Amino acid sequence: MSFQAVVFYVLSLILIVAAFRVVTAKNPVHAALYLVLAFFTASGHWLLLQAEFLAIALVLVYVGAVMVLFLFVVMMLDINIEKLREGFWQNFPLAGTVALVMVAEMLLILSSPEANLAGFQAGPAVAADASNVRELGRQLYTVYLLPFEAAAVVLLVAMVAAIGITMRKRADSKYINPAEQVRVRRNDRVRVVQVQAVKPEVDTASDTNEQQA
Amino acid sequence: MELLQNLLGTEAGLAVWTLLKILAIVAPLMIGVAYLTLAERKVIGYMQIRIGPNRVGPKGLLQPLADGVKLLMKEIILPTKSSKGLFLVAPVLSIMPALAAWAVIPFTDTMVLANIDASLLFIMAITSMGVYGVIVAGWAGNSKYSFLGALRSSAQIVSYEISMGFALVGVLMVSGSLNLVEIVNQQGHGIGGGSVLSWNWLPLFPLFLVYLISGVAETNRAPFDVAEGESEIVAGFHVEYSGMAFAVFFLAEYANMILVSALTAIMFMGGWLSPFPASWGALGASGVIWLLAKISLVLFLFLWFRATFPRYRYDQIMRLGWKIFIPVSLVWVLVVGAWMMSPLSLWN
Repeated sequence: MSFQAVVFYVLSLILIVAAFRVVTAKNPVHAALYLVLAFFTASGHWLLLQAEFLAIALVLVYVGAVMVLFLFVVMMLDINIEKLREGFWQNFPLAGTVALVMVAEMLLILSSPEANLAGFQAGPAVAADASNVRELGRQLYTVYLLPFEAAAVVLLVAMVAAIGITMRKRADSKYINPAEQVRVRRNDRVRVVQVQAVKPEVDTASDTNEQQA
Repeated sequence: MELLQNLLGTEAGLAVWTLLKILAIVAPLMIGVAYLTLAERKVIGYMQIRIGPNRVGPKGLLQPLADGVKLLMKEIILPTKSSKGLFLVAPVLSIMPALAAWAVIPFTDTMVLANIDASLLFIMAITSMGVYGVIVAGWAGNSKYSFLGALRSSAQIVSYEISMGFALVGVLMVSGSLNLVEIVNQQGHGIGGGSVLSWNWLPLFPLFLVYLISGVAETNRAPFDVAEGESEIVAGFHVEYSGMAFAVFFLAEYANMILVSALTAIMFMGGWLSPFPASWGALGASGVIWLLAKISLVLFLFLWFRATFPRYRYDQIMRLGWKIFIPVSLVWVLVVGAWMMSPLSLWN
């Protein structure tokens, strides 16, 4: 077995175990962390396919950003696992059927002669000094410019919509406008009052006080 | 290397040789981390008109060793109802990216462990994983203080990563490459045929500032150290850790500081290029010594900031990251793009 094959099988084993634990882990935080491991291992597979840009982008985007925010949410939810598990056997027949259908579909597709898996060739060997990133950029900005821009617009719209849905002004927010804060001068906050010293009126009871003053 | 390959066969020889190279990077790095802690205490000491540690060894030079031994002797306490496996994995998660990123850092144009094509992307991907150490440590300890600290610190890391990424977009635009060696070599020509003026810090000055300040925020250092605002939430995400487990977080923080300094030196300050003209003989020759000098300079800035600035308020940190740095770097990326297309371009 070549070195690549060993790496492939080790990565695949880790990937399958991690993916399985995502579904079976009792604690949702553990499940999310197993998903991170699954992403990371999958990027290893892409590196084996010499798609280093995609591999690194997967780690950068999914592991570095998406899953962090995901973990934030999962950690702060108060999930009662026992309650979630109650309905497990009740829903099992339906879920099992769906899973079986999916496995059957995959088997049908992959084993059919039309798919021709045995005749599937590895991609053409890449020259050692060819830049994967440069080639990808060239393709995106020339051949696939329009689909690329369309995808960007779709993402932008989604982002605007997400912000629009979630943003509301809180009435009890103690937000301070920094510009106003910087513009404040001493006279806006402090007033120095000159108080004239006043002699108290002469009173029989306060005679002694007056002498001391 | 040939000797090893003759002794052990081609593949095993290569593996052993690579391991030796890794050792040659990590061992000086760890010594650097240990002495950076001493340097920090000394520098801040003198800035505050006191001497700093001077009891252990001559001039206090053995202080980091004494600290290390002390932490090794301490007991590691596992909090009750903590998630034990994750609790112990968290320190590893936080130091791993700080060390793994050094695989692609070039020390000179030939001295680099793995001169891969997309080394800049590799570094961004690896360092973006550092946040997991923080989150997992805060959650696994089953403590509200550490959890709050982890949320604060990871929100800050995620926010500043964006402006950092955009600052690097400017660098890779003018270099036309994601390879760190080529990024440095590109800075060697330009204004004045490769002098201090042709390094990226000058034409990309706003991005340089954004990167430097975001670097301080990324490493959770003062004045962005709300993660361990002692007066508010005790010690931040690692409040439940003791002994060597705590020490690993400590090492990770300082290793990250050195990493960010090295990246600043490589991306913006000409890496191993000499600041003097090539005609000056030994002074003008490029070499690893210049890279180390530049790293030390940036590290000194880190310590200086800590001794000088008061801590930021949390909403001010978020405002600085999202509302100031991201627009500034976006606009400068556009300006650089227009500049490169204009006849005034410096990067042909």
